[in-house]
Amino acid sequence: MPTDWIMGLLGGGLIGLGGAVFLLANGRIMGASGLIGGLVDGSGRSNAGERIAFLAGTAGVPLILALLFGAVENNLTQNVILLIAGGLLVGVGTRIANGCTSGHGVCGISRLSLRGIVATCFYILAGGLTIALLRHGLGVM
Amino acid sequence: MRMIFALIAGGLFGAGLYLSGMTDTAKVQGWLDVFGNWDPTLAFVMGGAIVPMAMAWQVAARRQAPVAGGSFPAPPEARLGRNLVVGSVLFGMGWGLVGLCPGPVVASLSYGGPGVWVFLAAMLAGMAAAPFVRRRLDSAVPAE
Repeated sequence: MPTDWIMGLLGGGLIGLGGAVFLLANGRIMGASGLIGGLVDGSGRSNAGERIAFLAGTAGVPLILALLFGAVENNLTQNVILLIAGGLLVGVGTRIANGCTSGHGVCGISRLSLRGIVATCFYILAGGLTIALLRHGLGVM
Repeated sequence: MRMIFALIAGGLFGAGLYLSGMTDTAKVQGWLDVFGNWDPTLAFVMGGAIVPMAMAWQVAARRQAPVAGGSFPAPPEARLGRNLVVGSVLFGMGWGLVGLCPGPVVASLSYGGPGVWVFLAAMLAGMAAAPFVRRRLDSAVPAE
């Protein structure tokens, strides 16, 4: 639907603006998995405050927007096994690859980083094949 | 000052994820589902985000240092490596299975329901396990 596309473009613009502020003000790359992962494995202990402040904004502003304008329907699966398997794969994978959709995708592609472009190709391909196999091949999901 | 800038940047990121609909797993899985009812929204989000970010990289290249001090990130590494590919494939599988990636998980904690918290717990466990998995990978098949 074109409305979704326009909202996507506007929302994307805000995401890019967030990345621009983080880069130009703090000299940091806006990568969600790296910001979280550094707190989990202790590698980001030296700048933990900055990481926590960023994540507080990421969680807090949608909370305020949801209170004002309502929640976004997320259509999330209720299958706990899928949720756990998906979470584990996303957690392990993004840390081994050193980035996710925001770090490799938004911040990497925008500086024409080969690593960012290659990572994005592989996670989109793997995600697409997973959906193709489970939804259309096996008929589950 | 760094904390305030980080909070603002995180807030813009969260607002963008909320507004763009990227916390909706149906839109993300719809983008990945090329054989089904394909949803191109994610491409608009990516495009919309990459334009201001590319401009920011241009500005950064002309400046000595970030506003709040410190230094800009080093140029991207040219080396691709096995871990980049293996990690991205694992990430993509999880992303396809559920339709969530790390940013939208955090952004939808307040309104996404208990499933988001289950996913978050598993994701944090996966992140904690990642250094060990990486070491096992390196000892089984040396990276380079």
